[in-house]
Amino acid sequence: MTRTLITLLRRDLAMLLVGNRRGGAMLPILFFLAVAMLYPFAVGPDAALLTRTGGGVIWVAALLAAILPLDRLIEPDIELGMFDQWALRGIAEEWIVAVRVLAHWLSFAPTLMLATLPASALLGIDAHTLRLVELGLLAGTPGLAALGVTVAALTAGLGGGAALAGLLVIPLAVPLLIFGAGSLTADGPSGLALTAAVSLVLLALAPFAGGAAVRGARA
Amino acid sequence: MQDCRLDARDLACRRGDRLLFEGLSLALGPGEALRIEGPNGIGKSSLIRILAGLLPSFEGRVERVGGVGLIDERPVLDPQLPLARALSFWRRIDGAGDDQLARLGLAGLADVPVRYLSTGQRMRAAFARLLGQRAPVWLLDEPLNGLDDAAARLVETLAAEHCAAGGLCVVASHQPFALNGMRTITLTAFSPPASGRGREWVCAAGEEDEHPSPAREREGLR
Repeated sequence: MTRTLITLLRRDLAMLLVGNRRGGAMLPILFFLAVAMLYPFAVGPDAALLTRTGGGVIWVAALLAAILPLDRLIEPDIELGMFDQWALRGIAEEWIVAVRVLAHWLSFAPTLMLATLPASALLGIDAHTLRLVELGLLAGTPGLAALGVTVAALTAGLGGGAALAGLLVIPLAVPLLIFGAGSLTADGPSGLALTAAVSLVLLALAPFAGGAAVRGARA
Repeated sequence: MQDCRLDARDLACRRGDRLLFEGLSLALGPGEALRIEGPNGIGKSSLIRILAGLLPSFEGRVERVGGVGLIDERPVLDPQLPLARALSFWRRIDGAGDDQLARLGLAGLADVPVRYLSTGQRMRAAFARLLGQRAPVWLLDEPLNGLDDAAARLVETLAAEHCAAGGLCVVASHQPFALNGMRTITLTAFSPPASGRGREWVCAAGEEDEHPSPAREREGLR
């Protein structure tokens, strides 16, 4: 079983990192950096304002960047017939979705946290806030990955699933955003803990909700 | 080869508000083969998917013993990968098997991305995947699609070898499929009963040498 899961993870990573003509892992990161670069142009060179709001902008940009790969998380494999063949081999959809959450997280979160460094320079964020942003992203991105895969599975097979998936993720990600960006204000640690708690709930739900959605899309 | 059996009782299939077939029973054991024939849209592919357990039947039940290998219109190989690497993914999932590329006439295509393969080459690639799976129950949905004569004979030979080795094979095809001892089940449409069932229509399953009759319940093949 472990060997099968590792094989699945390797294929998922190859698919998500390279992206076979659908953008790959770099596109969301470039998008994220573009938002961080445009924001100072839009609000003007007020350093105090940028420092105060920069952390929140990074959170919003991270959330939007995580939405970009949604259309290639689940639907291509349903169209290819991969899920049918896995089902015939007795590999549970729950396992496949769990592996895909991990692959999705690995493909966007580490690079996103790395890209936060230049983004925070652009926004004039101080070292203390940067540390909180990074810790918040570490706590929040697993939840974003779980949410993204779940919603991708739910909208697979519907026409125009990509746009719909994005719209569905945004309201569901609001708790992560509130606690994650909230940790940047006065009581930081409790915000981080709550972000991690939301992430854990989403991670626990994703394999079962996503697996059921994939089976539902089959009939 | 591991033990295998496929037993279906009183299957009915409904797609949307149409009843495609009902009262269909079949039973296959090791070494047996069955062909499902009938015109397009009659429910052959749905029946294959029901037998595979991928589609819930409207009524009835299916019992399967042994692993199931499925061929349908998709090769189920990553389109952007070279053929050999796309197949090696399944070989790692299924455990090491023999490389069947040469036998299927694919040896020269190992480095070609799957998306550049022709329809017939994709079907042969799908058979390479199926052979590597070493599943005793073969469910083949239109396995001769796009194949030239030589490849079609090869597929028939592969099915015959599979049955001789103790596997079982169900082929859904509107084309003839030459295999010794293969039984045939014909899905046919017939006009709705006098009571009138709106847009619904029903087809019965019968053996080839019988005339399809409008009886809604037919006895099984065994």
